[in-house]
Amino acid sequence: MAAGTTTAEMTSAAPVTRRRTPTGDAIRQLRKNKMAVVGLIVILIMIFIALFVDTSLFTFFTGGKAQPLIAPYHYAEVDFLHANAPPLTRTEEGKFYILGTDYLGRDNLSRTLYGSRISLSVAIVAATVSLIVGLIYGMISGYGSAVRDNFMMRVVDFLYGFPLIIFIILMQVYFKALSATDDTNPFVAWLIRIDDAMGGIFLVFVAIGLLNWLGMARIARGQTLSFKRKEFVEASRSVGSNDGRIIRKHILPNILGPCIVAETLAIPGYILLESFLSFIGLGANPPTPSWGIMISETYQAMRVAPMNVFAPAVALTLTTLAFNFLGDGLRDAFDPRLAD
Amino acid sequence: MTRYIFRRLLQAIPTLVGISIISFFLAYSAPGDPISMYNFDPKATPEALEMLRRQIGLDQPVPIQYVRWMTGVSLRRGDHAAEFQTDDTRCRYLASLDLTTCDSGKGVIRGDLGMSLQTKQPVWDRLVERMPATLELGVTSLLLALVIGVPLGVLSAVYRGSIFDNIVRFLSVVGQAVPNFWMGIMLIFVFGVILGWLPTGGRQTVSLTQEFDLADRIRHIILPATVLALGGIAIFSRVMRTETLEVINTDYIRTARAKGLGYSAVYFVHAFRNSLIPLMTLLGPAILGVLSGAVVTETVFAWPGMGRLTIAAVFQRDYPLVLGSVMVFSFLTIMGNLLSDILYGVVDPRVRLE
Repeated sequence: MAAGTTTAEMTSAAPVTRRRTPTGDAIRQLRKNKMAVVGLIVILIMIFIALFVDTSLFTFFTGGKAQPLIAPYHYAEVDFLHANAPPLTRTEEGKFYILGTDYLGRDNLSRTLYGSRISLSVAIVAATVSLIVGLIYGMISGYGSAVRDNFMMRVVDFLYGFPLIIFIILMQVYFKALSATDDTNPFVAWLIRIDDAMGGIFLVFVAIGLLNWLGMARIARGQTLSFKRKEFVEASRSVGSNDGRIIRKHILPNILGPCIVAETLAIPGYILLESFLSFIGLGANPPTPSWGIMISETYQAMRVAPMNVFAPAVALTLTTLAFNFLGDGLRDAFDPRLAD
Repeated sequence: MTRYIFRRLLQAIPTLVGISIISFFLAYSAPGDPISMYNFDPKATPEALEMLRRQIGLDQPVPIQYVRWMTGVSLRRGDHAAEFQTDDTRCRYLASLDLTTCDSGKGVIRGDLGMSLQTKQPVWDRLVERMPATLELGVTSLLLALVIGVPLGVLSAVYRGSIFDNIVRFLSVVGQAVPNFWMGIMLIFVFGVILGWLPTGGRQTVSLTQEFDLADRIRHIILPATVLALGGIAIFSRVMRTETLEVINTDYIRTARAKGLGYSAVYFVHAFRNSLIPLMTLLGPAILGVLSGAVVTETVFAWPGMGRLTIAAVFQRDYPLVLGSVMVFSFLTIMGNLLSDILYGVVDPRVRLE
């Protein structure tokens, strides 16, 4: 969306020649869509929470141990005396559990807040990986010769036949087994170190990103095909632009919008997939507070402490809803033909 | 048409082979193997473990194991079953774990998916035992999605802008945003635990006779089928709404209205048929969604289907069973896509299947 904001700034900076650009129109259209704006605000709040839930953003530069900032307590801080405490519990030690505690006495609110980090990073990283891979693949396929295009699209068709969820599970089993070994291969060791540092979530990114670029590749290819025959591309070629320049200057800027919109619509799926993987024990490693793990750890005691299930579930639903509404709004704004 | 179907079926073969190669290598080259679960068995010596590995060919390179799994051709010389002829007590214990029967596959190309390492039954038998449950759940939820989703979409288009329309649109977005497994848990909690109206899981009430009781089966399927249908309802109602809106504004609908036909005749006869076309393209993805959703829903509802079997097999590292079920799921996926393409041609004669 970087391109969009700069254009908007440009138009407002030069009031005399107030040009109407397609991106500017789209942003105005988006502003009118209340649900999309609400979705955007929810996502921005989530990003703010994820960044400042503890001080790790500052300690990353200054060094030292991160302290909880927005969250009242650390997500792994246990209090066995007050396990499964109901909401608004005040203990003798002066602790106050707004949403109660889970079966280990960990503060539910803090864990839910920390959980936003996992879900948002899945949303951002998986979407970026799938966008980049799909864009490159789709552009190469659409721009090149018909033979290459045909071959590359048959590969995509072939991969579409895969039962995706079982494949992701197989991949996660592979990765989990890999991270349990002491592999001497430096690359593998490096991957495992990153994964451990991120609470087991890194390999989820890889698995989701690696398998979800297919739809993006199809969209990018279709868009490339339609743009490469346009007159302005012909004109550019006639004055001596090479393929690299045409792709960079003419095709990519034009197809980026629809592709980002499509990717935004795919994000809720990634978030749900991560939470499901964590739910069945193939996602983040405990005690990392992924919402999926929180639900799977606490749903058996739902009668005793229902808030432990509700809090992460509501957070999860709110996040996916926000991305859904934003995605819908973006799609309607950028492609008015698709608007309901 | 016949030629088209035949060609599509032929095309499915390389896809299935590719899927089998990738999943086989993914499973078998992962660190640790099915035998490693005996690592913590105090009676199992390293030599004995090695012997078990030899019995099912895990000591061989993965490509050779793949060829043997696929074609049934073993590249090993000599009889390794004889190695258990020893009077060491520890080995006698391990002989009770004997996996030699699991090595006697005729190969996938001859229709033998091998033996499950957990139960030493043929993989095919284990899958077939679970298949009716998965199909029952899948078909029920797909029908439910169509029966609820399509009328909702049409009505929502007819009463465009009304409260009803807004509620349907909002619910369809929510339906897509709520995680399946959480929805399942909530329904179990509300209808199974608090209200006690419906059973919390399983396919039928466990009894000694296990007689077929339709009412009992229906009571068990309501919750899982609803959860599985939610995604479909959301998508179907959304697409039907958009399509109906588009069709309503065409000339022939105006003609139909002008010659005095009533609303219901116009919307449910004239418009409905034409707005069905895009629905057919969605049927393939919907079948896919039901299949992969089955994995989630079956886990939550303890539904004895293939999805839950696969997840259990993945955790038990019962590789032959995992691969067998990947093959069956892939086959069903491909068939679902083919079915949707054929239906597309049936509904829209302009589409020629060549």
